[in-house]
Amino acid sequence: MSFFRFFRTVHLALKSILLHKLRSGLTMLGIVFGVFSVIAMLAIGEGASEQAQQQVLQLGATNIIVRSVKPPLESSGSNNRVNIYGLLRSDFQLLSENIPTLVNAIPIRESTMEFRNKHHTLNGRLVGCTADYAGVNHLKTRNGRFIDDRDQETMANVCVLGADVADILFPLEQPVGKAVQVNARFYKIIGVSQRRVSTSAIGSALAGQDFNKDIYIPIKTFQVRLGDLIIQRQQGTMTAEKVELNQITLQVGNPDDVMATADVVRETIDRNHKEQKDVDIIVPLELLRQAEQIRQIFNVVLGSIAAISLVVGGIGIMNIMLATVTERTREIGIRRALGARQRDITVQFLTETIVLTGTGGVIGIVMGLTTPYAFDGLQYVVQNFILSGSNATSEVGRIFSDMHPKIAYWSLPLAFGISVGIGIIFGLYPARAAARLDPIEALRHE
Amino acid sequence: MKAAAQLVDLHKHYYLAGGTVRALNGVDITFPEGDFVAIMGSSGSGKSTLLNVLGGLDRPTSGQYILAGQDVSELSDDELSYARNQLIGFVFQSYNLITQYTVLENIEVPLLYRPGAPSISASDRERCLELADLVGLSDRLDHRPFQLSGGQQQRVAVARSLVNNPAILLADEPTGNLDSKTADEIMDLFVRLNGEGRTIIMVTHENDIAAYAHRQIHMKDGVVAGEGVFKG
Ligand SMILES: Nc1ncnc2c1ncn2[C@@H]1O[C@H](COP(=O)(O)OP(=O)(O)O)[C@@H](O)[C@H]1O
Ligand SMILES: [Mg+2]
Repeated sequence: MSFFRFFRTVHLALKSILLHKLRSGLTMLGIVFGVFSVIAMLAIGEGASEQAQQQVLQLGATNIIVRSVKPPLESSGSNNRVNIYGLLRSDFQLLSENIPTLVNAIPIRESTMEFRNKHHTLNGRLVGCTADYAGVNHLKTRNGRFIDDRDQETMANVCVLGADVADILFPLEQPVGKAVQVNARFYKIIGVSQRRVSTSAIGSALAGQDFNKDIYIPIKTFQVRLGDLIIQRQQGTMTAEKVELNQITLQVGNPDDVMATADVVRETIDRNHKEQKDVDIIVPLELLRQAEQIRQIFNVVLGSIAAISLVVGGIGIMNIMLATVTERTREIGIRRALGARQRDITVQFLTETIVLTGTGGVIGIVMGLTTPYAFDGLQYVVQNFILSGSNATSEVGRIFSDMHPKIAYWSLPLAFGISVGIGIIFGLYPARAAARLDPIEALRHE
Repeated sequence: MKAAAQLVDLHKHYYLAGGTVRALNGVDITFPEGDFVAIMGSSGSGKSTLLNVLGGLDRPTSGQYILAGQDVSELSDDELSYARNQLIGFVFQSYNLITQYTVLENIEVPLLYRPGAPSISASDRERCLELADLVGLSDRLDHRPFQLSGGQQQRVAVARSLVNNPAILLADEPTGNLDSKTADEIMDLFVRLNGEGRTIIMVTHENDIAAYAHRQIHMKDGVVAGEGVFKG
């Protein structure tokens, strides 16, 4: 079909459609909402998948994170007792020496402390770690250097500041070479790390980490200067905890080995922590797979809803087109008398249906494109007016506010294709019915 | 003289539950080129059926209809469509314009169905304008059918029937819905078109309209009851 012929056919179809604007508009609605929901659904899925991928990339797809968790407090009166739990240095020994697929194993000790430089203060995380910590967590220094193996051996009183710590405690000075006070002790600053995006929380398994409010010291130094027992006084109550290691980050050399290695780690930990459930193992790759699975289920459910909406829209269109054919029987007879072949009539009515659904598709796509913005607005409303103050729904609110739909650009041609396809599928029968009318009968039709 | 159309022992029967209706029951007529015929007869005598067969809208039950040297009963549906588009022009009693189209667009409709569906060229457009001028509607090109009088609508239909320059013009009671003054105007147009060599076959039951034709064929019960030549 030549371009002009195509253009003319579409032009004539538009003319007929515009003859009944309200009817055409209402007919289109089903397709509009169907296409809109296809795009919105894929955008939500795409956003979720991208987020999951980012989370995993931040945590490291080849990492296995073994973390101490405070076991649920046993009944009453445990307030004054020292709470002993978590990973032991022997666990680290066991894991790092007996699993050959690992390329790195980092013991980590951390505690929230007050950091001070003269009158500037900041609460942050004091992290005892090894030299490999920087590489595994994608930390780069913007000044000076990260702690190294020699600092470790000598249990040096040195530290590396996170970007926020440096900016807040030393707003006008270059911190490297100076000292920072943590609780009652001073550490010599040997480096400042570059700003790094925080990792987001993964469900309840792992809290988000803000690397910019950290101070890093050699773990041996942590051990020697602070020990395993940390006592904190808050509002009159005192908590005492004895923890040898807060976390062990394991890095697997080959991504294919991550799952198998995770199983070994799990077995090892389970064997040594039988008494209380005080260690959690987080495998980012596993989380990614879970997220993918959830997304697939999500897509199937929403996809079915969108498909139903499209089919209902299609049936509505077919209904209207059949009515149109009846209403325009006379016109069909006239065209046949003037030389239109059956094929010409089929093409005419099919084009009208496709123009109708195609237009509905385009409107749906435009509406779909606004999904991310509409979502932002909706989140604002939900958070500020609906969820404010109510705890019961805050989990829903959290999940909701974690959603950041992202338009999947390939879904646009797909959605348009679907709307045209609906036009063809549901337009063909009415168009064929029109073409098969007997010309004389059609001409006689009132 | 060569025949524009020829009917040989033509039958058209309708088989209904209550019996067979022989709408045409053995019709033999030859229409020479340049003929101007009025087909007359009482209601139900088979005039419209005859015209529908002549126009390629209907196929005979038996007998032959030879149009431009070809037996129409052997043509496929597409070939019949071609014949309706290229060889025949239709004018109906009830005008049968397409309501959502303007005068000009209505005149152009047969151009949409030309073989190969070429786009409407400048010369096509010019021809449509000439035809609009011929029927006296040059100043109404943008009007829609409901904005026109019956006579004007019928003149649009005449212009439309001529756009593909058919050899034969068929008209089924073209003046049936018009007052006598407008009817005469349409007939003057027909006389002029016939004068240019076009064959015109027209159904009417009005004597003064039939009088415009060169000859009159009278139908009765599906057969030709008589033929006359009279000038009103
Ligand atoms: N589609 C049809 N089915 C059954 N009978 C028909 C049909 N078309 C026409 N007839 C019958 O054929 C006869 C001729 O009809 P028609 O040609 O319309 O007559 P006229 O135009 O002379 O009034 C009538 O008796 C009519 O009832
Ligand atoms: Mg009749």
